[in-house]
Amino acid sequence: MSDTRQPTIEKGLPRFGSHTEKEGRVLTGAQAIVASLEAEGVDVIFGYPGGQAIKIYDALYDSTQIRHVLCRHEQGAAHAADGYARATGRAGVVLVTSGPGATNTVTGIMTANMDSVPLVVITGQVPTSVIGSDAFQESDIVGITTPIVKHSYLCQKAEDLPGIIRDAFYIAETGRPGPVLIDVPSNLLSAEFEFHYPDSSDIASYRPTIKPNAKQIRTAAAAIAKADKPLLYVGGGVVISDASEALLDLAESLQIPAVTTLLGKDALPNGNPLDLGPVGMHGSRYANLAMTECDLLIAVGARFSDRVTGKLSDFAPLAQVIHIDIDPTEISKNRTADVPIVGDARRALTALKAELDRRGAAPRTAEWLTHIDDLRARHPFASPGLATSQGGIAPEGAIKLLSDMLDPRHSIVVTDVGQHQMWAAQYIDREVPRTFLSSGGAGTMGFGLPAALGAQIACPDEQVVCISGDGSIQMCIQEMATIAVNDLPIKVVIVNNSALGMVHQWQDLFYGKRFAATELSDVPDFLTLADAYGWKGFRVFDPADLEETMSAFLAADGPALLDLRIPREERVFPMVAPGAAIDDVIGAVSVGDISNQIENSEEADR
Amino acid sequence: MDRHILSILVENQSGVLSRVVGLVSRRGYNIESLSVGPTEDENLSRITMIVPTESESFEQLTKQLNKLVCVYKIVEMDKGDAIVRELVLIKVAVAAEKRNEVIEIANVFRAKVVDVGRTSITIEATGDEHKLAGLENLLRAYGIKEITRTGKIAMKRSAQN
Repeated sequence: MSDTRQPTIEKGLPRFGSHTEKEGRVLTGAQAIVASLEAEGVDVIFGYPGGQAIKIYDALYDSTQIRHVLCRHEQGAAHAADGYARATGRAGVVLVTSGPGATNTVTGIMTANMDSVPLVVITGQVPTSVIGSDAFQESDIVGITTPIVKHSYLCQKAEDLPGIIRDAFYIAETGRPGPVLIDVPSNLLSAEFEFHYPDSSDIASYRPTIKPNAKQIRTAAAAIAKADKPLLYVGGGVVISDASEALLDLAESLQIPAVTTLLGKDALPNGNPLDLGPVGMHGSRYANLAMTECDLLIAVGARFSDRVTGKLSDFAPLAQVIHIDIDPTEISKNRTADVPIVGDARRALTALKAELDRRGAAPRTAEWLTHIDDLRARHPFASPGLATSQGGIAPEGAIKLLSDMLDPRHSIVVTDVGQHQMWAAQYIDREVPRTFLSSGGAGTMGFGLPAALGAQIACPDEQVVCISGDGSIQMCIQEMATIAVNDLPIKVVIVNNSALGMVHQWQDLFYGKRFAATELSDVPDFLTLADAYGWKGFRVFDPADLEETMSAFLAADGPALLDLRIPREERVFPMVAPGAAIDDVIGAVSVGDISNQIENSEEADR
Repeated sequence: MDRHILSILVENQSGVLSRVVGLVSRRGYNIESLSVGPTEDENLSRITMIVPTESESFEQLTKQLNKLVCVYKIVEMDKGDAIVRELVLIKVAVAAEKRNEVIEIANVFRAKVVDVGRTSITIEATGDEHKLAGLENLLRAYGIKEITRTGKIAMKRSAQN
């Protein structure tokens, strides 16, 4: 694993701080921004220049430390920085101009905010003298983004810039991470002052609770020690706080099984027998049943989202709930916690394990695990092989094949949003954290390609594969150029059903097959498009060619896309209907071809 | 319906009020009364806000407000244990011959007459909501032309022993 994946510096602290050659020198505001980013240890910025940012770009031209990646759209820059941040744990940095440049980052900021991803977004702004006058390319980006940032600044004085940038990184990376926006009026960029960079941040009104309450840990340990059917419910917070080892340690020592959310998928090695995999709307039937039957639910860095819980009143109805989260607003928001623990997941899990050891707690879940094994044997994910009964490519089989061809320790899978994303969550196996990147809370189509770009820049030695759909890929397709120009060997699988598959599926199941606005045409021809961008293109229709084509595609030099054609009728199963209880599952059958299952369920409906 | 009195200590900077108020409406609550002003510390302002709600999950709102980086501290005032005051200006439509009646009512409520015109008189009153409602009721008989209020402010009572 490359070094970038293991940050050598503590989150929330600058890498160099005041120890740079620029410390104490008289700089312009623009130079000070670049010097500040250098003091933070930033090695890459994703951005797009424009009138009000041009001075920052001019200063950046002299930086030997910072690489600027010119994306082809500001939304792409924001998602790329997000992918960088998810792959490394360090804040991704975005630099754009005012007005449309700034507003184009909005979806990226919201996506990062929903999934607790640290970003520092620097936007140019019109000069302070004309703010509020509807000047050319003026937009109130601080106002526009207030509901979707962790914090934001509209700078007033050039001298404030280093302190604001320091605080922005601190806020973005600590506590529950999130995006911080810094809006810089362009007249500040030419003002000169003596540059000093702080070595730490101290914000009186921002003191995230890191250390869990000892009494709550004891209460939680007592509950775990006597539970017959405990279940860990693992979310993205475990990945964020580097708590995977602590989690596995606790789970294995007491033999507690775990279900994972979409963002918690890579928090546990997927091959581990205690990992029951995805839970919720498209989770396995056995994971959902375990949730319904458990008597103690230990939620770690997960937020009881509606995609996981389904009908809340029927969710884990028998369970006492221990909820570990660094954000107090998540606790008892959707489900009342019996034992709330506010703090960092790694610290809390380590403290829990120590307390359980002190009590001499021993595994007592043999019966529970046997029962779960039985559920797993009876209700597995479908394994249709590579072909549907009509002779098309079965998406589940294709994604499984892809998973088997990847080295789980040296690959990063990035997804877009839709059916392909759920198939990826079900069939891609992961071993290490920060290797499955997906837009969870926001469900942002268009995230995948630029996020893969960010992840590949962050981790040049890993194989980065983006699983996308023919709908999603077109939402940020322009980043194919960025990837080509930067010679990044990203592989993109377009699971192509000529439809907006997930909505198509809902229309099929819940809207009487009225396929309003979900059928896409065969335009564009992705092979011609690949050619136009200087990528290698592959296409496969026939299951018989799948293995060979997939293997050639993955082995291709440089960027490549695979147009993987699947029948439009393929559905993601199992599925919990929106608003239903999570043990009330559609399309979970223990054996057989997924296409046959659909037919059967359709016949049963008639 | 519960009416929560929140006293929120925030950074004294531009944009802070809109962050706080925006969050309240975004999370689905109404603001019945709002007042903002500087405090004993020049870096801090205090926002006093009254939020009526039937929601049982009101704590969620205070937790969300606490999460804002610009918010230092939130105290939910207990009505029994807080001094709650508001200032109101009432312009009463009254001709010269009945003016004294109105002044008398104002005196009973320890309110002040701050402006007199040919056909109206303006009264300034402070107090809790019951007192101000009582005054408003009595003055309504004469005809109220305009009312403006500061919004309620609140302070916790000192310990008695």
